[in-house]
Amino acid sequence: MGSIPAVRTTPAWPAALPESPWALQRTDNLLEVSQLHLWRGDRHLLRGLQFSVAAGQLLQLLWPNGTGKTTLLRCLAGFLHAEQGEVRWQGTNVEKDRDAFHWDLAYLGHESALKGDLTAMENLRLSCALRVPQKAERLRIALEKVGLGSIDPALPVRSMSAGQKRRVALARLSLWHARLWLLDEPATNLDAAGQAVFGKLLGAHLSGGGLAIVATHRAIELAGTANRFWVAPQEVPQ
Amino acid sequence: MSLRASSPAAAMAVLRRDLLLAARRPGEWLQPLGFFVLVTVLFPLAMDPEPSRLRMVAPAALWVSLLLASLLALEILFREDSRDGTLEQYALSGQSFTALLLAKTATHWLLTGLPMVLVGPLAALSLAAPAAAVPGIALALFLGSLSLSLIGAIGAGLTLGTRRGGALLSLLVLPLVAPVLIFGARATAWAIAGEEAAGALYLLGAMGVLALTLAPLAAAAAVRISME
Repeated sequence: MGSIPAVRTTPAWPAALPESPWALQRTDNLLEVSQLHLWRGDRHLLRGLQFSVAAGQLLQLLWPNGTGKTTLLRCLAGFLHAEQGEVRWQGTNVEKDRDAFHWDLAYLGHESALKGDLTAMENLRLSCALRVPQKAERLRIALEKVGLGSIDPALPVRSMSAGQKRRVALARLSLWHARLWLLDEPATNLDAAGQAVFGKLLGAHLSGGGLAIVATHRAIELAGTANRFWVAPQEVPQ
Repeated sequence: MSLRASSPAAAMAVLRRDLLLAARRPGEWLQPLGFFVLVTVLFPLAMDPEPSRLRMVAPAALWVSLLLASLLALEILFREDSRDGTLEQYALSGQSFTALLLAKTATHWLLTGLPMVLVGPLAALSLAAPAAAVPGIALALFLGSLSLSLIGAIGAGLTLGTRRGGALLSLLVLPLVAPVLIFGARATAWAIAGEEAAGALYLLGAMGVLALTLAPLAAAAAVRISME
C-alpha cells in the first residue's frame, strides 16, 4: 500500500480571520483517500486512487471527459460506494459517521437543486433551514456578494438565466459553512464577472481553512492559495 | 456548531417548502383528486343506476378509484426533487434522510390523500350510500390512504431512476397494497350495510401503523439506491 504521496503545498495563512467558522489549525490532510477502486458496470473507472487534501488547498480535477471526475466526486460525497479503499475525513473513515461528514460537506453537482417556482431568497432560506437557519439579512448579503443584489426579489428562479441560477447556487454554498466543497463544473454558464465572483468565494473559503475539490475543464487561477492540479486519473496530483 | 438545525426542524422545513411549492403550482396535486371524483362519478353512468345495485358496487368503485388516483399522485412524489438535485442535497444535509423523506410523504398525503378522504364520502353518497355510513367510510379512507402513501413511497423511490416509471410503479405497488384494498372495501361495504365495521377498521389501522414504522426506512433506502 505504501504511504500517501506527500504533495503538500503550504497554504498562505492569514494572520487572523475573525469571521472564519473554524478555528484555524494546521491539521494536514483533512481528507485522505487510499486505494480507491470503483467499477461502473463493467468499467473499472477508478483504479486505486490515492491522494490527500490539506486545509486551505484547492484540488482541481482536470481529467479528460469520461474518465470519472463526476464519479469520484459522487463517490466522495457518498452517493456511490467504492468496491475497495477508504475515504478518511479528519482521520476517521467517513462510513463510520456519515452525518458528521455530510455536515462538513457541501456538494454542488450538475443540477443546482433550486426550485423554479420559488424566488432566490426563498430557495436560500429553505435550503439553509436544513442546516443552519439564517436571518433574511444574511441571505440578502450572500445574494449581493454573488452579484444578484439588484435583482427583482419577486422573480422566480425559473425566469432567471442559467448563469444567474448558478450564482444563486454559489450564494447557497457560501451560506452553509461547510469545510469541504465538492464542486462539479461550478463555473458552467457563468460569465466573466460570474467567474470572478466564484474565484472570490473560493479564495475566501480556502483562506479560511476550507478545502475544495473541483472538477473542471478550464483550470481555475487563484492567487495566494495552494492550488493543485490533477491532470489525469493515472497520474499523481501535483 | 450549535446553530445546526435539529432533525424535526429540518423535517418541518421540508414540509413548509413542499406546501409553498404546491401553493405556487396547484394544478399538479389537484389532478389525482379530479381523477378520483371523475371515476367514481362515471360508475353510475356506466351501469344500471338502480340504488340497490349502486350501493353494492360503491365500495369497489371507491377503493379502486382511490388506489389508481394515489398511484397517479405517487408519480409526482419524488420526481421533481430527483430531477433538480434536491434529493441529493437532502441526502447530504447531515440530517436523517428518513425523516426528511417522511416529511415529504406526509406533505404529499396532505395534498393528495386528505382531499380524497374528504371528498370520498360525497362520492359514496352519489353511489347511493346512506348518510349514516359516512363516518365509517371516511375513517376507512383516512386509514387506507395513509398506508397507500407510505407504502407507495417505497415504489416511487425504487422507480425514480427509470424512464417511464409509471407502469412499473403500478406493478410494484399494487400487489403490496392489495390488503389495504381488501380491508378498506370490506369496511366500506359493512358501513354501507349498516353493520359493525370495527374489525376491518382495526386491521386498516394496524396496517397504517406498520407502514408508518417500516415504510419510511425502506423508502429512504430505495431513494438512495436510485441515486447511485
